[in-house]
Amino acid sequence: MRLHDFRGGVHPPSRKHLSAGRPIESLPLPSRLHIPLQQHAGAPALPVVTVGQQVGKGELLAREQGVTSAPLHAPSSGRIAAIGEFTAPHASGLPLPTIILDTDGEERWAEREPPADPFALSPEEVAHRVGAAGIVGMGGANFPAAVKLSKARQAGVHTLVINGAECEPYVTCDDQLMRERAGEIADGIAIMLHALQAPHAVVAIENNKPEAVEAMSDACRHDARIEVLSLPSRYPAGSAKQLIQLLTGLETPAGGRGTDTGLLVHNVGTAYAAHRALRHDRPLISRIVTVSGGAVPEPRNLEVPIGALAADLLAYCGGVSDERARLLMGGPMMGQPLPGPQVPVIKGTNGILALTPDEIGEAVEPSPCIRCGRCVDACPMGLLPLELSKRARGEDWEGIQALGLNDCMSCGSCAYVCPSHIPLPQYFAYARGMLAAQRREEQKARRTRELMEQRQARFERQERAKAEAAAQRRAAKKPRTAVLEADED
Amino acid sequence: MSANSFAGAPHAHDRDSVPRLMGAVLLAILPATVYGFFLFGWPAFNLLAITVLVGLLCEAGCLWLAGRPIRPGVMDGSALLTGVLLALSLPPWAPWWIGAIGAGFAVVVGKQVFGGTGQNIFNPAMLARVMLLVSFPVEMTTWLTPHPWWSGTAPGWLDGWLITLGYSTATDGVTGATILGHVRTELGMNHSLGQILPGHYQAGAAALGWTGGSLGETAEWLVLLGGLWLLRRRVITWHIPVGMLGAVLVLASGFHLLDPQRFADPVLHLLSGSLMLGAFFIATDPVTSPIAPLGQIVFGVGCGVLVYIIRTWGGYPEGVAFAVVLMNAATPLIDHYIRPRAYGRTWSGKPRPVPARAKQSPLARKSGVDARD
Repeated sequence: MRLHDFRGGVHPPSRKHLSAGRPIESLPLPSRLHIPLQQHAGAPALPVVTVGQQVGKGELLAREQGVTSAPLHAPSSGRIAAIGEFTAPHASGLPLPTIILDTDGEERWAEREPPADPFALSPEEVAHRVGAAGIVGMGGANFPAAVKLSKARQAGVHTLVINGAECEPYVTCDDQLMRERAGEIADGIAIMLHALQAPHAVVAIENNKPEAVEAMSDACRHDARIEVLSLPSRYPAGSAKQLIQLLTGLETPAGGRGTDTGLLVHNVGTAYAAHRALRHDRPLISRIVTVSGGAVPEPRNLEVPIGALAADLLAYCGGVSDERARLLMGGPMMGQPLPGPQVPVIKGTNGILALTPDEIGEAVEPSPCIRCGRCVDACPMGLLPLELSKRARGEDWEGIQALGLNDCMSCGSCAYVCPSHIPLPQYFAYARGMLAAQRREEQKARRTRELMEQRQARFERQERAKAEAAAQRRAAKKPRTAVLEADED
Repeated sequence: MSANSFAGAPHAHDRDSVPRLMGAVLLAILPATVYGFFLFGWPAFNLLAITVLVGLLCEAGCLWLAGRPIRPGVMDGSALLTGVLLALSLPPWAPWWIGAIGAGFAVVVGKQVFGGTGQNIFNPAMLARVMLLVSFPVEMTTWLTPHPWWSGTAPGWLDGWLITLGYSTATDGVTGATILGHVRTELGMNHSLGQILPGHYQAGAAALGWTGGSLGETAEWLVLLGGLWLLRRRVITWHIPVGMLGAVLVLASGFHLLDPQRFADPVLHLLSGSLMLGAFFIATDPVTSPIAPLGQIVFGVGCGVLVYIIRTWGGYPEGVAFAVVLMNAATPLIDHYIRPRAYGRTWSGKPRPVPARAKQSPLARKSGVDARD
């Protein structure tokens, strides 16, 4: 298959060697797990357990609310200690509703009923089971996988793209998963193809992971529908839009969906989770997380129960050796800075990094833009980041939308190359926040206006009714006068 | 952890910064500058020292007036670069006040009045050169033939300062027109190129810089070398130099073929004047050139065409400064109309329809399995 190219992109130092090739180890079970109710796009899950209740491993803790949502399951057996608020895995450090589970160390599974043959199930049933297992996009997008599968089947998607690009520096969890569990991933791909009723699948892996390419090729050899491809290593090759462009030369239309191009992109971790759900009836209660960075003495790839704290992971890897280190959830290009280590791992967490100031780059004060255009060259979406940031500074909200703010996917390539060290994505985030606030205000104003108009209409109706009633009364009282008046006309 | 925990993504940066970029440009022009000192001696060095010093002082003064931090503004290297580029575009034995007025004008009127680094519309050094040329035509067209340090005719340190300070008339005996100027004058007297050029112009000598001209415009090969290094170092992109040199090459070749006695050959054009310096070091100034690659090509071609027009039919023998300043004025327009096509959109900004081939899997042909419809 001939590869195409995508525009822009950058080559940050990959620094994957820190953890690459380190076998997946299980994190010792923490005594307490913190499971946020909001780990996915859409509405938060609704708890179905009560404080003090004993739960088995894999038991339902909270069910989905609405279509775009996902249920949560107990990552281990134990007792529900509290349902309260806990620091969210977000830079704000704001608390989010969270189920707190005290583990008993028994790892006692709730009853499981795996289907005898997943391929005998209807595609709808497979998608339903993927949804019921709480599987969301494991690449960090956190979008419920079942919704994507159902919509894509209805849209007539012909090719499933399994994203093993892993273009973020440092992160090696997908690499290691492919190296060690390629057979399970291949099975998950077959199951997803069945759910999609699609004839083809591509496993796309950046060429800086030759071992993963080899392992996946071996595992997929028996299935003619699946092809394993090696991609050039360039950030952000693992972004769904750019991946589609690399594979087909097609672009997702602005405002459209990836499935418009006939392709559906899922992460390798999602395929693995689908295998676990359909073959063993295991919900998504753990994931592989890369713990790495210059301030981590022993970088590792860990299999971690959802709800373990970043502090647990870091402690297992030797702590944080530099007190100036910046803690991140995710990779350095798009990851969230963490307010502290007391933050839980969620389903979309691929990495916990502790980066030294040296790795982040010297803290340089932003200087004026010299219009060098490097951000324009780097933008994979073909935008003009310098012009966008200028509009954001000038609070020109119409102008910034006309320049395509909504097309920006916050990949950070522009800021990575900016010689003036201008924090471009922060300007865009600011603009998005202001625009959202503006929309809310407008909505409120419209609603107020509607209510005012309705009130006015009601008054007028009442006045009219009164006037009519009065007229009728008058007519009833003085029928003769009315006749006389009519005669006079 | 530390306070910067709250800084946003990306948490990585490549190593380039504005001072590093400016430093790279200065490094790239250093060989040609040093060669210029060799050819024109102490007065050339004095002139460069004056433009740089006055440029930096004016920059600091303006930042102080504006109440902005002085150190980072002066240390970003942009005023230093402006001073050097201005000196390179002046007659090497120009008196001190030409350099001082030029540098002051470049930094104050050319840059700081617009709001400082990144805000100016015109290339400050070229704007200053144009101003000087229009205001002081005699001093700005007093060219001298090279007097290398080793030739024995070069002025000593003291004589150098006397020339710079305008107390010496040594220049009278050694001046001569540039090739472009000479060609223009002679063509005006209805001489043909066949009569004009022999004895005055040799391509080899021109390339080596053994000709009269501005401090930095004579050593074409060193300028070219520096420019190529900047390309390799990715400080500049190829679009503007190729557009500019290509346009001059095409026009000069075409007209030369039409009438070789009237129009000089393309090699003379490429190796004369400040075309090479302009194409690699001046037109490529990021602040005053377009940001999109296609816009940069348009800009470069525009510069090249204007240079050729001014050289051939205009009122001045050389037109790089005019061409660059004119195209600088067109940059906002170019940037407005020429933008990259956004992903998933047509050139007009509408959502880009998916072509029919999307109905078939990119794998369909190979594996022999038909797509569903």
